[in-house]
Amino acid sequence: MLLIGFVALSAVLMVALSHLFSSTRPTAAKSLPYESGMTPLGTARERYDVKFYLVAVLFIVFDIEVVFMMPWAVAFRSLDLLGLGTLGALIEMAVFVLILVVGYVYVWKRGALEWN
Amino acid sequence: MSPVTGSAFFWTSVVKILIVFGGILSLVAFWTWVERRGAGWIQNRLGPNRVGPEGLLQPAADGLKNFLKEETLPPFADRFVFLLAPVMAFVPALITFAVVPFASPLPTPWGLVSPAIADLPVGFLYILAISSLGVYGVVLAGWSSNNKYSLLGGLRGSAQLISYEVSMGLSAVAVLVLAGNITMNEIVARQQHSVWFVLPLSVAFLTFLIASFAETNRLPFDLPEAEAELIAGYHTEYSAMKFSMFYIAEYSNMVTASALMVTLFFGGWDIPFTAWDNTPPWTVLKFVATFAAFWLKVVAFLFAYVWVRWTLPRFRFDQLMDLGWKVLLPVALGYVMVIAVAVWGLGAAGVPFGLGYGLILTAVSAVLLGLLLWGLDRNRVIGGSAARQRARWLADAARQRGAA
Repeated sequence: MLLIGFVALSAVLMVALSHLFSSTRPTAAKSLPYESGMTPLGTARERYDVKFYLVAVLFIVFDIEVVFMMPWAVAFRSLDLLGLGTLGALIEMAVFVLILVVGYVYVWKRGALEWN
Repeated sequence: MSPVTGSAFFWTSVVKILIVFGGILSLVAFWTWVERRGAGWIQNRLGPNRVGPEGLLQPAADGLKNFLKEETLPPFADRFVFLLAPVMAFVPALITFAVVPFASPLPTPWGLVSPAIADLPVGFLYILAISSLGVYGVVLAGWSSNNKYSLLGGLRGSAQLISYEVSMGLSAVAVLVLAGNITMNEIVARQQHSVWFVLPLSVAFLTFLIASFAETNRLPFDLPEAEAELIAGYHTEYSAMKFSMFYIAEYSNMVTASALMVTLFFGGWDIPFTAWDNTPPWTVLKFVATFAAFWLKVVAFLFAYVWVRWTLPRFRFDQLMDLGWKVLLPVALGYVMVIAVAVWGLGAAGVPFGLGYGLILTAVSAVLLGLLLWGLDRNRVIGGSAARQRARWLADAARQRGAA
């Protein structure tokens, strides 16, 4: 907590102090969005590819899966499931991963992982 | 000796924070110099060598210059988010290091001082949580600048960071299966009592290494800031200290990623081939020796970052996403299951955790690594177009020989 406060404070200070010390002389050309020296065409607030949204959704699915796997991984050796000991834990995770793989294959076959 | 408590705990924490914060920032400053001199060395030119001996004061000069330079604030930018973005990039980059133990415990008159700033019981989860916050800095900077280059850089950056985070997390799951514990101290101790996890978990290390290069936006994965395509990507519109903060954040992320690889796979502060450093009683000498060992390993990884940057060309974006989703993800996921089966097998056979246990897993992983690199790859990813070109030449030469 102490560290977070300290770092956040120093970050804000860096922004604020350099704001105080630096000179600002804006000109019309300087204030334009940088587009390699050309006059900017239109706004940058444009529509962009829905692919990025798809990646975010896939990320959530797989990241939650990782989060599910972590407690299992930590407790793996001492788990006793289905009356089979560690083997039970292994089988349960295999079933979970298998379901996930079905979804993964479906996503791949539907072309959600293709970029062009 | 018992751990420090009360006000001594508070003051030792303050000292640790100052040391780590100052240490990382100086290492970052030093490493900008190493990077540029290293680039000069690899490209057969000089690099910065004017300010101070061998150009060593160049980072200080750059820092001062960045501090006093004119700040631009694009009038069409979202003011608040534009100012917030460098802070959002800077803070997670520097606080991730908090749970990494960087030496053996240090005895002081007030008690035993733990080597990490905060020895959290959730250890690794904290790292996963905080390091994913870095994506906010990228995406906010890209969006708020109102610049097309920045927007593209921010989008690419966010897609790349979240794609590789999955593989990173999955390779870490393999470590957790073997360590059976989530605190960083215990993961280090486990490696001291068997072998460094890079051997029994070599495939996980490979995926983790690739993912951490992608997570730090370094070449060959620096698409969010690819100079030739996007000027500077998400920080095109930033100047002066705010630009500097993105820069510091990138390098601190490198330091943290290196420290993570050292802790998870290279035994943390362990000195190899001796048990002297990891058995009590703790002494100041042990603290200094393990401290040096830890930072030596981190610096080795940092050098690898520089080396790779000036050696490999940049990926194309579709190649990058293919590598993340179609190669690293299934490999990491399959590997976790293989390791789980192996751990179950070793447990069923009654092999105790130790050196032999690690060596058996090393053999399993070595076979898998070989299969992965040479069997699956077949020059498609690693050899790439150069290998295809070479195959074409060989085929042409063979055809001509046949015709003659």
